[in-house]
Amino acid sequence: MMAVLQPGVLFGLCGAALVGIGLFAVITHPGLLRRIVGCNILGAGIFLVFGAVARRGAGPGFDADPVPQALVITGIVVAFSASALAVALLKRLAELTVDDRAAPDESRSGL
Amino acid sequence: MSALLDTATVVLVSVGALLFLAGALGLLRFPDTLSRLHAISKADNLGLGLILLGLLPQSASIAGGLKLVCIWLLAQLSAATASQLLARAVHRDRTER
Amino acid sequence: MALFDLALVALLLMLALRVVVEPDERSAIITFLAFGLLLGLAWVRLAAPDVALTEIAIGGGVTGILLLRAEAALRGRGKQAEPATRTGKLAVAAGSAAISAGLGFAVLTFSTPAPTLAPAAAQALPATGLGNPVTAVLLAFRALDTLLEKVVVLLALIGVWSLAPDALWGGAPDLKPAAVPGPLAYLGRVLPPFGVVIGVYMFWVGADAPGGTFQAGTVLAAMWLLVMMAGLHPPPDTTRWLLRLVLAGGPILFLAIAFLGFAFADGFLAYPKALAKPLILAIEAALTLSVAAALAMLVAGPARKAPAR
Repeated sequence: MMAVLQPGVLFGLCGAALVGIGLFAVITHPGLLRRIVGCNILGAGIFLVFGAVARRGAGPGFDADPVPQALVITGIVVAFSASALAVALLKRLAELTVDDRAAPDESRSGL
Repeated sequence: MSALLDTATVVLVSVGALLFLAGALGLLRFPDTLSRLHAISKADNLGLGLILLGLLPQSASIAGGLKLVCIWLLAQLSAATASQLLARAVHRDRTER
Repeated sequence: MALFDLALVALLLMLALRVVVEPDERSAIITFLAFGLLLGLAWVRLAAPDVALTEIAIGGGVTGILLLRAEAALRGRGKQAEPATRTGKLAVAAGSAAISAGLGFAVLTFSTPAPTLAPAAAQALPATGLGNPVTAVLLAFRALDTLLEKVVVLLALIGVWSLAPDALWGGAPDLKPAAVPGPLAYLGRVLPPFGVVIGVYMFWVGADAPGGTFQAGTVLAAMWLLVMMAGLHPPPDTTRWLLRLVLAGGPILFLAIAFLGFAFADGFLAYPKALAKPLILAIEAALTLSVAAALAMLVAGPARKAPAR
């Protein structure tokens, strides 16, 4: 039981649970923006598992293994870029859908 | 001397934490947005100030202590702006109805 | 300390569940913001201060701005997918729980002793002249990852820009609210000077202590976004050569130094021994500005008005 309470293992298990929660949101939620948030939660869970791996790699003079940590930093930035692109797509989709429902001659202007 | 400083740290940080708890209780229990904003801004700013005051004796150098004071000032600035903007939004929603 | 960890994990899981089941969109996004900030604390407990800084800055800060603006723009419209049936939800919940359980089992049965690259990193660290091993990994040992990551960020930005209607290509995005509230204009005047100093400090100190390119770049991006949102300076046209130079400057300098490694050192992305630290700092400086501009432009979105001729 004490082994589970080590920060490395505990946060790794937390990451595993977050992966499940994020997956559930991505697959079942009807709102598309919430699915993007669910994707971010899924990513956060995976990064926590990486963090657990890094924490367990503690060596003499090091609190944690720096290589997985660098990978996580890269991952956080890339996940944000993907979220930004997804959000821009969602906004554009909303604009085009509104114009679909407008009268045909109105939808010709400016697009 | 260091025992005195440690006692001061423990007391100040505990009082600061209690103030945060009070602010959180106000957030949960007050009826509308403006009174909740009031509870949070008063209790949290004072709580943060006391916590940072309690951490000052523990800082390793004067530069570290100055950075803590900077953190407090920046947190005050952003909290004040955020409270103003939220209150304006609430007021605007109310007058529109 | 185990009690603190347990409380933190419980809070994280509760917040994540709340994000999933909350019906009100704006509350869900604010809950996700809180989740991101607490996740930063979790990273501190995992002895990863650089990752904590990045998570709080990007996950709590810029992602927050992005999602809040998206929620405001999509309120009342926006496509909804088909809501899942009850049995569908139960099936997906069972599947997700199974995946979580499998991942948890993998975490519990990690091999001991844990495989680690920390000794190898410690051994190679003095050659780079840096004191922070994570910065050394990002910019020296796995520099190719960082280069490709920067290219990915630029590709995402091109993707966002390409969503502008044809007539508006090259124009400026729109960030300012219709009426700028006084306190926001005040904050936009007072905070950015301090923010820029803090950002530059984080970049500079990242060579030897927690900090670095991405954290500093995010702080600088946030300050630029604040200035644009407070209406103090208009967002630039996306065709402006200065903007494009800053955006591309980081990767171009990185690639130039990488290819010069063929001539002056062992190969692609190898740094000559004597010049390792100055080269790394030069790459970091260009990359910080580039990341700042890219992140701010990603939040700003595609063009909303035609470019000024």
